[in-house]
Amino acid sequence: MSRHPEVDAAQLRARHPDVFSRPASARLATPAMIAAALALLVFGLVDLDFSPSRLAAGVSQLGWITMMMIPPDPGSSLPLYLKALGETLSIALLGTTLAAVFALPVGLLAARNVVPSTILRFPVRRVLDSIRGVDTLIWALVWINVVGLGPFAGVLAIAVSDFGAFGKLFSEAIEGADQKQVEGIRASGGSALHEIRFGLMPQVLPVIAGQVLYFIESNTRSATIIGIVGAGGIGLQLAEQIRVLEWQKVSFLILMILVAVAAIDFISGKLRFAIIGRRAVA
Amino acid sequence: MTIAVSILPEQQLAALNAAYRAAVARKRLRLMAGLALFAAALIVASIGAEVNLRTFFTYFGNFVSYFDRILTLDSGQRVWTDPVEWFWGWHKWLKLLGETLLISYVGTLIGAVLALALNFFAAENTSPAPWLRFTVRRLLEFARTVPGIVFALIFVIAFGLGPMAGVLAIAIHSTGALGKLFSEIVENADMRPVEGVRSTGASWLSCMRFAVLPQVIAGYASYGLLRFEINVREASVMGFVGAGGIGMELIVAIRKFYYSDVSAILLTIIVTVFLIDIGTGWLRGRLFGREART
Repeated sequence: MSRHPEVDAAQLRARHPDVFSRPASARLATPAMIAAALALLVFGLVDLDFSPSRLAAGVSQLGWITMMMIPPDPGSSLPLYLKALGETLSIALLGTTLAAVFALPVGLLAARNVVPSTILRFPVRRVLDSIRGVDTLIWALVWINVVGLGPFAGVLAIAVSDFGAFGKLFSEAIEGADQKQVEGIRASGGSALHEIRFGLMPQVLPVIAGQVLYFIESNTRSATIIGIVGAGGIGLQLAEQIRVLEWQKVSFLILMILVAVAAIDFISGKLRFAIIGRRAVA
Repeated sequence: MTIAVSILPEQQLAALNAAYRAAVARKRLRLMAGLALFAAALIVASIGAEVNLRTFFTYFGNFVSYFDRILTLDSGQRVWTDPVEWFWGWHKWLKLLGETLLISYVGTLIGAVLALALNFFAAENTSPAPWLRFTVRRLLEFARTVPGIVFALIFVIAFGLGPMAGVLAIAIHSTGALGKLFSEIVENADMRPVEGVRSTGASWLSCMRFAVLPQVIAGYASYGLLRFEINVREASVMGFVGAGGIGMELIVAIRKFYYSDVSAILLTIIVTVFLIDIGTGWLRGRLFGREART
């Protein structure tokens, strides 16, 4: 590289003083943030009992477990596992549908263009927020107390926690709808209900259908884990096999989950494209 | 004022009407078939999931009264009449809550660093070799699809009970999720700076460092913060399987029917999640402007 004459640098410095001598606060902000983040990380590692010896022991243990997992083998319980997988898919489908059915009217109540009054909307939104703040697993524990152990508790848990998510998503979809069509219905003498049915719903339903399909997909994942606390499905089998250290069965179950999730992804992806078109999904 | 509405001749109208009906009929038929299929799937599913409406209606009262019970102290009063009694264990709970936040922080950071290291190999435009891209992508997919709590179950056995298992589980799951999002940002990056840097004879690593990273780092930070938000929720249940945090205390309270404790811990978690949501939203707004907030 050729060296630039000294004069040039001095001239540049004189012409753009703010580029060459940034205030100390601006220069130090990034390193200070990184240092703070690292300090918190180190504090966390110490506070959470991380130690190289524990990590090494754990990793070698993990390696041993992985060796034990090969080859995956269901033993004689394949029919049981297939039934559990069916249960999981059922939980996801039913839970999501139930949530969508109940969330649609609530989504309307939480949408600004349907219910203009903030006083009415505010409590609905806060309730939805609180429902979303509680994890699906916690809802599963609560429902187990109510309807007993089994997949039905799982359905209700997924339904309640998705209800919170759907309420928010649906209300956002409704708020994003074009208001001109609603005005058209009103101008031709339609009632408030007509406005919703013929003005809003045709615009919003495809979006909602896409979201519901996406949630069925992601709930297949959630439904696999709620079994861990006793709410049915393949998670129950998985947790049991892990507890009794049957690693070959564990790896088989994990493979089953991966394949099922991939299959549902594929199907719902196709359906979503069919319903709302390729562009809107991306 | 009279309005003249022009009406087409009868024959033309009939033809148009018939065409319209035929078009609508086909659409209706498809919709009906779809709905029938969906209903059938629902019925099969409800048999599979042992849905029992009688149990539901018999015990639905329990669901409502459960909330009544968790909002009642042992003395029979409402919880908010005596906050000191309600939050009797606040010292212990706050400590566990701090542990939960630390678990999600450390887990997210480790996950983000691993994702940062892997994502250039997974992105279509920067990956040095197709086989490498394929391998890294499958690896990320695996880490993303297996739920965090399943990793936690296995790690608890390998690393022993305690927060370490939770941190590693969250780190692996975050690596999968963030790795995918990061590589998508990289795929949208402008490739001209890369060409510029490469034309000076720079190595692949320098290309990534000086041409790609400056374009994508803001997006990374934004997704990282979002992930932190999600991981706080996730970490709050890690204790269910013995992987540290406040979940342990919560599951004990639920299982042993310490009703007022359940509501106190739940309230603590909900408030924390709110605060974290608001905090990271504000931070993202400050760092990346308003449009990054959504």
